[in-house]
Amino acid sequence: MKPAKMPLEELMSSGHLACQGCGATQAMRFALKVLGPKTVLAIPACCWSVIDGSFPNSCIDLPIYHTAFETAAVVASGLKAGLEMRGDTESTVMAWAGDGGTFDIGLQALSGAAERNEDIIYVCYDNEAYMNTGIQRSSSTPVGAWTTTTPVTNFKKRPKKNMVEIMAAHSIPYIATASTAYPEDFMRKMQIAKETRGTKYIQILAPCPTGWKAPPELSVSLARRAVTSKIYPILEITRNGQKLKVWKDFKPTPVRDYLLAQGRFRHLKDAEIKTIEREVEDNWQRLLAKEKMLESIPGFGE
Amino acid sequence: MKKVIMGNHAVSYGVRASEAKVISAYPITPQTHVVELLSEMCANGEIDAKFIKVESEHSAMAACVGAAAAGSRTFTATSSQGLLLMHEMLHWAVGARLPIVLANINRAVGPPWSIWTDQNDSLSQRDVGWLQIYCESNQETQDTIPQAFKVAEELQMPVMIVMDAFFLSHTFEIVDILEAQEVRKFLPPYHPDIKIDINDPHSFGNLASPEHYMELRYMIQEAMEKAVGLIKKVDGEFQKQFGRGYGLIHPYRCADAEIILVTSGTVASTARAVIDEMRDEGVKIGALKVRVFRPFPFEEIFEVLSRAKKVAVIDRNISFGGHGIFFQEIKSALYGRTDVPILGYIAGLGGRDITPGVIRQIAEQAITDKNPHRYINWIGVKT
Ligand SMILES: Cc1ncc(C[n+]2csc(CCOP(=O)(O)OP(=O)(O)O)c2C)c(N)n1
Ligand SMILES: [Mg+2]
Repeated sequence: MKPAKMPLEELMSSGHLACQGCGATQAMRFALKVLGPKTVLAIPACCWSVIDGSFPNSCIDLPIYHTAFETAAVVASGLKAGLEMRGDTESTVMAWAGDGGTFDIGLQALSGAAERNEDIIYVCYDNEAYMNTGIQRSSSTPVGAWTTTTPVTNFKKRPKKNMVEIMAAHSIPYIATASTAYPEDFMRKMQIAKETRGTKYIQILAPCPTGWKAPPELSVSLARRAVTSKIYPILEITRNGQKLKVWKDFKPTPVRDYLLAQGRFRHLKDAEIKTIEREVEDNWQRLLAKEKMLESIPGFGE
Repeated sequence: MKKVIMGNHAVSYGVRASEAKVISAYPITPQTHVVELLSEMCANGEIDAKFIKVESEHSAMAACVGAAAAGSRTFTATSSQGLLLMHEMLHWAVGARLPIVLANINRAVGPPWSIWTDQNDSLSQRDVGWLQIYCESNQETQDTIPQAFKVAEELQMPVMIVMDAFFLSHTFEIVDILEAQEVRKFLPPYHPDIKIDINDPHSFGNLASPEHYMELRYMIQEAMEKAVGLIKKVDGEFQKQFGRGYGLIHPYRCADAEIILVTSGTVASTARAVIDEMRDEGVKIGALKVRVFRPFPFEEIFEVLSRAKKVAVIDRNISFGGHGIFFQEIKSALYGRTDVPILGYIAGLGGRDITPGVIRQIAEQAITDKNPHRYINWIGVKT
């Protein structure tokens, strides 16, 4: 095993209020190492509105604006405009929202900001449910999953919304997915986001052991197996949605193992798991075909 | 310089003179001209401001929240459904103590669809904590914008300026246009101490335990109570520099009046014409316009109304299951301090005209009514 290379600087301190093994907390720590002290955060209602700490404490040494559930992208737009009109053109403004605040209630404001190509970084830490309110399904919850609103007798039947495709349809300069199991990859992407002007959308899979009914010590392992089982593809979309690069340089692992390591999938019957395996493979092939197709368009591969 | 302009453009000129730095808005009839002219002014450099063209009113208010938190002067305008969509963020602006100024063109709420005026949109936002100022002329509307910014920034509280759809928004009147270099002496550039600043990082709006929350609410009420005097003071300063002042309330021929009609918005000007007519006929009648609705000027109103023998409140709004909303406030201003009968009249909903004839009908009915507890009288309802 080789040691990970990352800045020693910490803008997030211990004493935060997250559960053990919280992927959203790991993701924030890595993101801030890249963004550095000239960063302003907009955080809507989500676990992170609690993780930050309660007044007068905050575990982050940056200006943070806590805002309403559906407003991360537009409050970030307002912050950016307000800072610029005050003469601060340098600071990076990052919206940091959960999957509910992104895929569901915040989708409209995010779409608006992306269409205007606001100069903000939007990070969705994706723990695949409304965790703050006690594990209810979101449109990011994967098919087959248990949540408190999709009980095992009627588990989630619809597939996870393809948020990345929605963002790609907005012709924004940079889109990427990431996983907390690959911090260096995530940090490289945050660096690109920091240096790119316009709207950047980064969606990082951030396991929630509490909500996934898995032991906290499996947080990183699950984040890795989601990728290696091809359930959660790691990709980058550049050139305003025209170029797609999928990460394939890994040793595939079984979908079944990933699912059965988590209580939220343990009710699935063998046939249901097989269906999911088939769907995962189909989605993966579709994604690779799209990558190839885009490459084949003259002038778009470079 | 004097110009003949519509009420909506009076708002835009007020914003231009106030040098707002971030504007965010979403179009809705009858507000559209406000933002059309402002986007033109931003595009041609007449104002040095960023205009964030959002996808909804909810986002317009959220954008203003972000920009104001970052320390810039912010403005938005809306109406009816748009104001209602903002509701959550109206609360946010108050809790966050952001001096955003909003112009709301009073339009009836659907269904059924109506684009015409009544006050239920703004009055249903009564308890969010925004200051509310009701204007009756284009000049007053324009002048109230810099006044609102000044009050807002001193108190760190948001201010809503309210005007009637069409009767004001689309009506052309002569307006003495304010210029930024003049207004700057009255309203200096905005440099708040507390703001989002990378050199002084804080977490804003994070979880507050029951240990802290209540004090923050107490401070909002304190600011509102302070606002009564501050609005008067700022109005006085404006009058000194520009020769025009409007007050918290505007009593007209009330000093010896036995009956006083209470009005707001454009109905106030119509009422004054009726008062003159009836005075000529020997009726001791006066009119009181309520300009500032939040904070409610209880003392000032008590002073005027307690001298009358009867009060009639004309409401272009209704709190269903209750009474007219101004009526309720007037009643609480006089409660326990006088036994002057207060009668309530509901008129002009959904843009139905409140003509001099309607006002006279109300006055005559109020004079002859022997029942001091007739709190709700519907005027002109077809049965
Ligand atoms: C308008 C509104 N509706 C509902 C809520 C309640 N609420 C707060 S956080 C949350 C779920 C957040 O889910 P997600 O965005 O996925 O973040 P997570 O909690 O998983 O970190 C909900 C439903 C709210 N704060 N505001
Ligand atoms: Mg979530």
